[in-house]
Amino acid sequence: MSSARDEILQRIRTAHTAAGAPEPIRRSAPATERDRAEVLDVFVRMTEDYRAVVERCTQEELPGHIARTVETAKAARIGIPPDLDERWTAEIAGTVVVDDGLSTAELDTIDAVVTGATVGIADTGTIVLDHSGNQGRRALSLVPDMHVCVVLESQVVADVPTAVRGLRPSVDAHRALTWISGPSATSDIELSRVEGVHGPRTLHVILVAGA
Amino acid sequence: MSSPPPVALFATCFNDTMFPGTPIATTRLLERLGVQVDFPAAQTCCGQIFTNTGYADEAVPLVRAFIDVFGSYDHIVAPSGSCTGSVREQHLTLAQRSGDPGLVREVEAITPRVHELSEYLVDVLGVTDVGAYFPHRVTYHPTCHSLRMLHVGDRPLRLLRAVHSIDLVDLPEAEECCGFGGTFAMKNADVSVAMGSDKARHIRDTEAEVVVAGDNSCLAHIGGLLERQRAGVRTMHLAEVLASTQEEPA
Amino acid sequence: MKVAPQDLHQNDLPLAATSSTFIGMPKFPTMARAGLDNTVQRRNLQHATHTIRAKRAAVVHEVSDWEALRLDGAATKDQALDHLADYLVQLEDNLTAAGATVHWARNADEACRIAVDLVQATGASEVVKVKSMATQEIELNEALEAAGVSAWETDLAELIVQLGHDRPSHILVPAIHRNRSEVREIFLDEMSRVGRAAPEGLTDEPADLAEAARAHLREKFLRAKVAISGTNFAIADTGTLVVLESEGNGRMCLTLPETLISVVGIEKVLPTWDDLGTFMQLLPRSSTGERMNPYTSTWTGVTPGDGPQDVHVILLDNGRTHVLADDLGRQALRCIRCSACLNVCPVYERAGGHAYGSVYPGPIGAVLTPQLRGTSTPIDKSLPFASSLCGACFEVCPVRIDIPKLLVALRTQVVDEKRGGLPTGEAAAMKAASWVFGDHKRLVAAQQGVTASARLLKGRPTIGRLPWPASAWSDARDSPAPPRETFRQWWSRTHIDDSGASSAEGSPS
Repeated sequence: MSSARDEILQRIRTAHTAAGAPEPIRRSAPATERDRAEVLDVFVRMTEDYRAVVERCTQEELPGHIARTVETAKAARIGIPPDLDERWTAEIAGTVVVDDGLSTAELDTIDAVVTGATVGIADTGTIVLDHSGNQGRRALSLVPDMHVCVVLESQVVADVPTAVRGLRPSVDAHRALTWISGPSATSDIELSRVEGVHGPRTLHVILVAGA
Repeated sequence: MSSPPPVALFATCFNDTMFPGTPIATTRLLERLGVQVDFPAAQTCCGQIFTNTGYADEAVPLVRAFIDVFGSYDHIVAPSGSCTGSVREQHLTLAQRSGDPGLVREVEAITPRVHELSEYLVDVLGVTDVGAYFPHRVTYHPTCHSLRMLHVGDRPLRLLRAVHSIDLVDLPEAEECCGFGGTFAMKNADVSVAMGSDKARHIRDTEAEVVVAGDNSCLAHIGGLLERQRAGVRTMHLAEVLASTQEEPA
Repeated sequence: MKVAPQDLHQNDLPLAATSSTFIGMPKFPTMARAGLDNTVQRRNLQHATHTIRAKRAAVVHEVSDWEALRLDGAATKDQALDHLADYLVQLEDNLTAAGATVHWARNADEACRIAVDLVQATGASEVVKVKSMATQEIELNEALEAAGVSAWETDLAELIVQLGHDRPSHILVPAIHRNRSEVREIFLDEMSRVGRAAPEGLTDEPADLAEAARAHLREKFLRAKVAISGTNFAIADTGTLVVLESEGNGRMCLTLPETLISVVGIEKVLPTWDDLGTFMQLLPRSSTGERMNPYTSTWTGVTPGDGPQDVHVILLDNGRTHVLADDLGRQALRCIRCSACLNVCPVYERAGGHAYGSVYPGPIGAVLTPQLRGTSTPIDKSLPFASSLCGACFEVCPVRIDIPKLLVALRTQVVDEKRGGLPTGEAAAMKAASWVFGDHKRLVAAQQGVTASARLLKGRPTIGRLPWPASAWSDARDSPAPPRETFRQWWSRTHIDDSGASSAEGSPS
């Protein structure tokens, strides 16, 4: 046990006066369930607002959509997590590379990556990955320049607090989370927003109905 | 029916000494509206300049004096946002510093009865058209303590909009501080003047003849810059515009 | 009766030492003068702060009950601070259970020593860094440099500052004082010295400059073995660290290296995972003026097969417990480093961030720095006075830090510390003025001097230049000429009858 630890904890106890803690004012969760169709519309609008491309399709249409998306982007090597539903990539013409522990240098040769998601947040146009199953480890959806992310309508929630509560099991399982709102961006030069810095410069979201 | 008890005018030391036209206008305006005005002669200063410069010990006796002078009135009205703010937002802190629980209780009791002029007119008297007449092009600067300490909102603007024959124009970046800030104007004179110069520029851009505010301290700073620029823009306290009538124009 | 705290009380808990960069810095007005004289910087800051102000206002207005969120944020932070020892122990337990190693550092030196030792143990000669105020505060880059380790800043603005041998001037956008053409020159001159050169024909378009940064940093990301970060939030009940960012440099640093070292101020702790729901709404809207920042990474110790497998967390005090010991001042520890207060501050906008003599500029710096370091040096004594008390900072603060009230309390502390010594001119003047105001008869006597001077001025409306010390006012401003009659003279002339009783003029009888 380090003495720095003991000393800091002792300092904190010294610092604390008798003053009691105020009870935090908790925001109650939205009382009324928002209309699902509206929540999905807001999700699409907000995601697009941060310059991501958003498409909506059915489960049946999904493989075709994915194939056309990577083809349009002229992506030759398509990375996927080992646990991605194989039907999703069935129609891709290019080379599908399964991430079975690719090195960083190998990841750097991938043009686009296709993953699932854990949750979508309508109010902010955010997608959260917990990197389990069909989402793959963090590096897979980071190093390639294009991220095609499939979000199921059932995964979309209305607001941030609902999403946070829903992510608790992933965190308890020590999973890392990545929250994505549009492609990477910077406003560091004269507060002028530029899309595309280190993360994927293209974010393509496909929202799948009836799933 | 007995007449309502008089309202105490807290003229403020700065107005009393340097800008008597403002408490005079306040008196005339309130009397015109049928209010009986009292000026308790023992009043001096709210202590703001001491408090905000760090001299709390020097301010504490003035908190006690404020209670002694004004404690018996139902309503105390001041033509100054920052002095009202000093009483309402800082006197309690000073009373607590004094360690006198009696003073703390008395300050807590008096603060809800202390009003900035526009608050008193709109909230207590319930008037926005005070029968004023002011045929000039005017822009209004909402001083920081009125705006962010007292939250007077648009009360002064509602009063000004109701002034007959006024040509009221919006001030760009109105909510930005003018840079006065009490002793800040001296201690950080360069930054203060830089802020005030931008405020003066925005005022000149409106082509107003008169810039109006609820604090003569801020107006002395803004006016001092405009005067040095020979800008040809007058500064006037809100009370003076509202006191102006066709019969007795300001 | 519970009396709310009103003064800052001195305590014996250790302060942070002033780091070598800021030792001997002159007082704020002197520093501000340099900022005011730098016209390019003033233009840059004016443009940038007004742009981000408008963006923030727009996204804050979208939220139906922003005030409730602010209250929740403040209350949550207060709860964390009120039970800080418990939450830190819980955080440590959960981090350890998740495979991370927790270190504790009493001060900057200790934190730097721990971090340098950890880096050296890996054998790495370079680290990539995610923008972090805590590592700036402890000057970790300098410590690594001294140990022969290169630390590469990867946030674009931090890169601009590092390549330009400059200092950060803003919490969120450290290079806010630079414009695009200055950035272009820095990239062309400096990138080649430390890695991949900027492309020839680089323009000053922000998109081109960002592309140059991407190319320059990519090789560093892909080969890095060690990353160093700070954190925005540390969640006690899960052992999770959270980093918000925009560019993806954070994801690169937090994902690709084998070793990750995070320096975490002890005030960063949040009690529960669910609390994040509040702060993920407050911080992006207050900070970059976005509904949500492009990327947020959270990690809970080590995730097997995903990301760094050697995870360290250094919990840093460095003066924070000193601040915590003050009932009033501790609210400054709620700060989530959003920089909204800088963006609305008229003083910051004109003086610039470097004038504040610490890594924490602007209104929050003016209250945090003198609390962390004390008020013994010229710069630290002057910081609480570097404000017109306009209150714009408090209005936008997402965790409701009453900065104007703290500034006044710190001014009182500075004055109180001088009491008992040789009185200054200001103290003597204040004492004299206080005596005058102590009795209205004395005030009346003093006013006679004022009205007498009015007669000497023969009706001039204003007064021009005056000698020192009034020159601080009159160098740029005329002064109002005093009136011939005070208000109270007018009142007794018009409202007091011969018997001395009040006779209200014109009032209805």
